This record gives sequence, C-alpha cells and structure tokens, in this order.
Amino acid sequence: MTVPRKLTRWLIVLIALHCVIAAAGFFAPYDPVEQDRGRPYLPPMRPHLIDAQSHFHLRPFFYPLRLRQGSFDQFEEDTAKAVPLHFFTRGAAYPFLGLVPTRLHLFGTTGDRIYLLGSDAYGRDQLSRILYGGQVSLLAGLLGAGITLSLGALIGITAGYYAGWRDELLMRIAELFLALPWLYLLFALRAFLPLAVSPLEAFLLVVIVIGMVGWARPARLVRGVVLSAKERDFIRAARGFGASDFYLLRRHILPETASVLLTQAAILIPQFVLAEMTLSFLGLGVPEPMSSWGNLLATLQQYSVLVSYWWMCLPALAIVPFFLGYLGLASALQQRSAAYKIEEKSIWNPS
Amino acid sequence: MRKERPSSRRCRFTLGLLLACASIAAPAKVFPRPQETNAKEESLTLSGEIGHSGGRLVISLRAEPKTLNPLTAADAPSREVIGAMQADLVHINRATQLTEPALAKSWKISADGLQYTLTLRQGLRFSDGHPLDADDVLFTFRVYLDENVHATQRDLLIVGGKPIAVRKLDAQTLVFQFAKPYGVEERLFDGLAILPRHLLEKPYQEGKLGQLWTPSTPPTDWAGLGPFRLKEYVAGQKLVLERNPYYWKADTKGNRLPYLDELVFLFVPSADAQVLRFQSGETDLITRLGAENFSVLGRQQRGYTMADAGPGLEYNFLFFNLNNLGENSSADLMRKQKWFRDVKFRQAISAAVDREDIVRLVYQGRGSALWGPVTPGNRRWLDVSIPHPPRSIDRARAFLREAGFSWSTAPNGESTLLDAGGKTVEFSILTSSSNADRTKMATLIQDDLKQLGMHVQVVPLEFRSLIDRVTQTKEYDACLLGLASFDADPNSDLNVWLSSGGTHLWNPSQTHPATSWEAEIDRLMEQQLATPGYDQRKKLYDRVQEILAENQPMIFLASPDILVGAKNSIANLHPSVLEPYLLWNVEQLYFRNGVENASR
Repeated sequence: MTVPRKLTRWLIVLIALHCVIAAAGFFAPYDPVEQDRGRPYLPPMRPHLIDAQSHFHLRPFFYPLRLRQGSFDQFEEDTAKAVPLHFFTRGAAYPFLGLVPTRLHLFGTTGDRIYLLGSDAYGRDQLSRILYGGQVSLLAGLLGAGITLSLGALIGITAGYYAGWRDELLMRIAELFLALPWLYLLFALRAFLPLAVSPLEAFLLVVIVIGMVGWARPARLVRGVVLSAKERDFIRAARGFGASDFYLLRRHILPETASVLLTQAAILIPQFVLAEMTLSFLGLGVPEPMSSWGNLLATLQQYSVLVSYWWMCLPALAIVPFFLGYLGLASALQQRSAAYKIEEKSIWNPS
Repeated sequence: MRKERPSSRRCRFTLGLLLACASIAAPAKVFPRPQETNAKEESLTLSGEIGHSGGRLVISLRAEPKTLNPLTAADAPSREVIGAMQADLVHINRATQLTEPALAKSWKISADGLQYTLTLRQGLRFSDGHPLDADDVLFTFRVYLDENVHATQRDLLIVGGKPIAVRKLDAQTLVFQFAKPYGVEERLFDGLAILPRHLLEKPYQEGKLGQLWTPSTPPTDWAGLGPFRLKEYVAGQKLVLERNPYYWKADTKGNRLPYLDELVFLFVPSADAQVLRFQSGETDLITRLGAENFSVLGRQQRGYTMADAGPGLEYNFLFFNLNNLGENSSADLMRKQKWFRDVKFRQAISAAVDREDIVRLVYQGRGSALWGPVTPGNRRWLDVSIPHPPRSIDRARAFLREAGFSWSTAPNGESTLLDAGGKTVEFSILTSSSNADRTKMATLIQDDLKQLGMHVQVVPLEFRSLIDRVTQTKEYDACLLGLASFDADPNSDLNVWLSSGGTHLWNPSQTHPATSWEAEIDRLMEQQLATPGYDQRKKLYDRVQEILAENQPMIFLASPDILVGAKNSIANLHPSVLEPYLLWNVEQLYFRNGVENASR
C-alpha cells in the first residue's frame, strides 16, 4: 500500500472515532451523571435477537437483570420480560456537538434502563460515562498538544533562526523544563489554588499544565530543522533578493518544519490524553460528578472494586483505538516525509 | 464547671482504613500444661470455653504504635497495643457494656456519691514478678494527676474543679474522694492502667516519665498487669508480645490465662493490604473492614469466617462552617454563612438527604441511617423518641421557601436555588480523600441537593489538611466527617457537645456559647456529668439528642456496622461493637486444634 493511502486510512479511522466522542450525547443512551440508585454495580447486559423460547426477533431486545436467588451480588437475566431496544428515540436533553439542544439518541428503551457496559457505584451508565469522559480527555489532549506545539514552534524558530544568545538562553530554559518533575509541581500548584474549583476551571488548569510542560522537545526539534533550513540555497537567495525575516519565516522556513510538527502532533496528542488520565486518576482532574477516562479508572484504586466488578476496567480499553490511530498516523507521516526526502534527492541528484 | 478531656481519649476521627498483620511460625510441638494458679492468689475466674495453651496470634495494625506509655498514648494503634499489655482497677466489659471487677475485686460508693472504696485482689504480680500493692495505685494516681506529666487522662480525674484525692487504708484498700458526685461512677477507672512504682518512681522524680516506654524499650525495663508483655520490636515491621506468666485471670478449671503464647502486631498501613494479608492467611484476625472489602472476603471464605457484629458507635455527619470569624472572614463565606446559620436551611438539607440510599450504596446495607449522634449500637443511651422523618424533597422545599429562598428555571429546565439576595446557592463539601466511603456519601448528597437546585462541589482533601481547615484556619463551607465514641457513655463525647470543646466541630473552642441552644446543651451535659444514676442522666442526655435533632448543627447520616473476620481455628471470639472489637478478651482466645494448627 502506498504511503498516502495508508495516511488517508488512518485519518478516516481517527476522524470517525473523534466524531463518536464529539457526538457523545447522541451515542450515549443516558445522561452520564444521572444516578439509578436501585442498581449499583450492575454487570453489562447483552442485547438479544433470539429469545428464551428460541424465537427470532428482528428488533433487538434485552432482559432486565435481577439478583440470583440466595445471592447478594450475582445477577441473572429475568427472561419473563423482554424489553425491546428502540433506535433514534427521545431521551435526556443534551446539546448536540455542544450547540444544538436536542433529545435524540441513537438507541434507548422505554421503562427499564439498559446498561450495555454495566453501571457504576451510583447506578450511572458506564457507556454514557465513557463517551462523555472521552470528550474531556480527548479535548484536553488536543488543546494541550495545540498549546505545546505553538509554543514549541515559536521558541524553536526563534532559537534556530536568530541563534546567538537567544538560542543559548532558550535552549537552556528548554533543558530546565525537560528536567522538571512536573507531576510534583502540579501537586504543589493545586495546593495553592482555591479549594473548590468548578469543573471548567479544573479542566482549563489541566490543559494549561499539560500544554506548558511539554514544549521543550518539539522546540528542540524545530530548532534543528530551522538551523539546517536557513542555510539552504533558496533561502539564501531569497534573503539576497531583500526578503524580510518575517517573509522568510512565513514563506520558506515554517513550511519546512511542517512535517516535524505534524509528526510531533500525532505523537503528542495520545501522550497528553494519557497525561490527563494520570492527573484525573490521582484526583487532580475534573471533579465528580463529571467523568473523564482518568477518573473513571480511579475507582479501581480500591481492591474490592478491582476484584469484584470487571466492567469498571473498560474505560482503559477505550483509549486503545485512539492510541492505535494516532500512532499509525504518526508512522505514516514519518514515512511520508522520508519518502519526500528521497524524492527531493532523486530530483536534484539524479545519480 | 467546665471539664475538658483531650479528644484523643474521648473521641476519635476515624479514617476508615486500618489494621493488618502477618505471622512467621510458631514452633512448639508439645502441649505445655497451662500453669495452674496459686492458691494464695485471688485470681479472677472467667467463664467461657476451656482452651489449650500455645500458639501465636497475628494481627495487623494500621500504623506503628507511637508509644507504649499509657500516660502519653493518644493514637489508636498505641491504645490498641497498650490494651493488651496493661490492666485497670475496674473494667468495662466490651460485650455487655457494663463494669466488672478487674484489679479491684470489689468497690463501694458512699451514699452521697463522694467516696469510693476499692479493694485490690491479693497476691497479684506485675509481668516482671514484682508484687502489686496499694502503693502502686497511689503512685499511679499521683502521676496521672501531676500537671508536669501531661497525662492524657488527667482531665478525667478533675471533678468539680478539684483533683480526686486518693488515700490508702491498708495494703489492699484505697479510698477515692470526690469534690462533687460524678455521673460516670466507677466507669471512670476503665482504661486507667496501673503503673509499676518500682520501675517508674525514679524516672518520675527525674521528670523523664513522658519520654519513657517507647516501643524500642528493652523488655526488662517494662512491666504491666495485662495479659501480654513486651518481647520484641522491629521498627517498621512488627511488635511481638509474649504471654504474661503472672496474669491474674484464670479459666473455670483454674488454668492461668492467657492461652496464647504470643501476640504479634504487624504494621500494615493500607486497608487493602490488610485484606490481602488476611486473605492469604498471614494474619488471623481482621477488624475495621469496609463493607466492600467485607463482601470480597465473604465471597470466598477459605478457612475463615466473616461476621457482622452489628451497628458500632461511629457516626458520620455533614456540618457547616458556623464559626464567627469576624473580620477575618471572606465576603463569600459571610454570604454563605447567612444560609448556614439559618436552622431552616439546615433542616431542608437534612430532609433532602436520602439516608437509606447512603446505607445501601455506601455500606451495602451493613449500617444504619442516623438522625442523631447515638447509634442503634448504643442501646443504653439511644433516645428512641427522636423522629425519623423519611426523605422528602417537598418538605425540604417548604423549609427553604419559609427561609426566603426561591428558584429560577433555566431554559433547559434546570432549576437553581437563589437566596433572599438573588444569589445562587452553591457551596463545597470537604471529605477525606483517604476515606472512599465518605467521598461516596458526599457524591450522593451532591446529587440529592441538586434536586433542590443547590450546586454542590465535593472536594476530597488529605485528612490532615482537612482537619487543619476545620479546626485552625476555618476556611471551608461544609465538611463530611465521622466520629467514633470511645465508650458508649455520653461523657466520651463531651468534647464534641460542649461549646468549649475542641471537637465541637462546627464552631470549636468557643469562649461563650454562640447560640441559646448550644448554651442549653452545655448546661445539660454538665448537669448529667454531676448526676449519679443512669435514669436521671439518660433523661438529660435524651434532651441533648432532641436539641441536636431539632437544630441540626450536624446533619447525621449513617453509621457502619462493625465488620470483622477471623480464622475458623480461633475460639472464644465474641466480636463487640466497642474497641478493641475482637481483642477485648484476648486472654481467652485460643487455637481450637492445639498448637499445630496455629503454626504456619
């Protein structure tokens, strides 16, 4: 398969995944903070097409769970009552893509609630929480990577292009940032902030912290690219024609760094999603009742949850397709830039 | 008269997590005959199954005991270890919650309630073989009452502003003289360890008593009257106690107790690690279990049995910052305190909280909902007439409406509670981040109050900084905590209810009671302290419970059951709801199938 096709394939996968998370309200059957206190820690339910009497139904249905006789935590399906699944139903209100208020959901039921991925300690739907939690984790990763790359590009270009004392100073600062124990720094920072922060403040804090600490590595890479680029013949020529620094940077040097920045983005985004998860796991992310992939996993810190309710581990699986997608994209991007280099070489040195 | 006792003795913040332990191997292949008691010795005979001698019992402890000195011990691990090493004159039976003779074989209280005459058992010896007499008791009380020693028990012994006077009538008889009648009566003597004069007199005169008896003290420098004595201490790992060969209790066949050769306390800091150690058989007993770990252990009972001993004395509650901070207060807190001070607001919150759901979801049904500080586990002092109104959002709304609150409805249908000034009602609840149960309660309350249109944030905070905020800086809105009474008697919570008390959490250490109902509670608590006789005191304490239920300075939530587990081979176990839940009769515990079974 050629490199561009590989790239397109990974891009389509990623865009599809992000659309699912962005439209979490549509794919999630319920409000992620709604508690169903009668049914804590309910195991995942299976949708059926064939009922207990071996009859086939076109419309999927499920059997509600009930406690097995004489047990206090074992559930079984109550086959007496089949609850049909409805598609494109109306349920809890939510703003579609954060903008259009609507009540339309991909699927839902009337009466008994369906828990495709089980429920948590408060009877909240785990599937809805994973989908909504993805919004927080992915957005934090994307915004964090955006901040990091802008900062990195700015600092890298300044250092590489102007060289001299600016380069020295910026690169020493970069080294300092690389050496900082940022997790402990964050704990300290959190202690200084007011006690109760709103979910939005907590989210912005996480994004800014993630974004601020990672710029050093891309800055160094960009600086390297700029250093070699500014000595290229066509740039010297442009400068000889009287081009300004700004024109040179915008027109010739920035495009040179694009492939490095894109590859870095594909590597950094999953890293930053993981960073958000780490912070939330340790209780520094968005507060209850909001969910993020990290604080969904935080309940696993309790031994009893870890050994009793396996479906509480599912949020850990949610990140797998995203990581695969981004890392596949990164390698395709790398291959592409390597291919370009070979092409360039073969044009200019036809030997 | 205002009497204060340190919170450590009275009342304890419970962290939820606790004990654990492990064992190595108990050799001993032969059954040693339990030593028979000496005829001249007036030992105390205990009924119960007759056991075999030998074996080592391993228990986990949540932290290292800071000290083995009964004068300075304030932390729970120290108290638990000291409990197995020391003895008192009169002891509260943890199962019946009544007093019984201990080192004193009998006592008499004069008609005016001012003079107690105690008679010691004859022929008793300390764990190093030195005999015990009335001089040791005199010395002990001199030390406890000495201001320079700073004994944690000192305040207990000041009655009516005057220290108790102790006199010796003869080698076996002592008279305790009180300035005023004391409602606690002989329960006073429980937990007051009698100290060896022959070892401690010299350090006492040199003023070094407070620093004495750390866990690393050589066993020869230590002596006590409890069932076990110090054997070995390995810092960071374990504390090993061995059988006290001079112990003064015997079984009905005349065998000297305790049956066990050794008692090992392992230091295991996390609750989950304690569960794993117990599950793998490294430890023999487990207490202070959370409901979730209890059901994990209960699912696969391999060689051990789990038991629900019923409701304990721990009560969990939500309280608001009612401190009068004057100029130090932020404008934001001042505005919120206007709501918090309104009893209608607190009543509304109490009506909106679903206590049954807390019991079901947090304790998996192994607990009880609370409407007052006295739990159903404390049958003697519970005021059964306190109403238990079911949860009602309508009633809560009515309270809020009466207090001048109103609601605004957003376009998406969400309603928001507004105060009389039109400001949104929002506040945060602090909980201890190390206590998953309380964080869970706060999350449930958050959802309950959302239905009233209140915006509540849950802030889990490290325990020490939480206590610091509540008692020192007083920068908080509301807080969810739990207290566990040390004893079933209301005096064990004096520090919580007196407005001058350091654990009067919503507004601690006041110089004058801030409200009339707090003044009334002060008066009632002091009156019951000086009133002899259970019936009279019960009436007074019932009134205190009623005032608390009416004014809701604390919104009482729920009380967990005492959940314990033990290996099947251990006999004579009678879980109690008072601390130490399983070890209170440690001298009677034995391994059912002899020593072989106990060695691993």
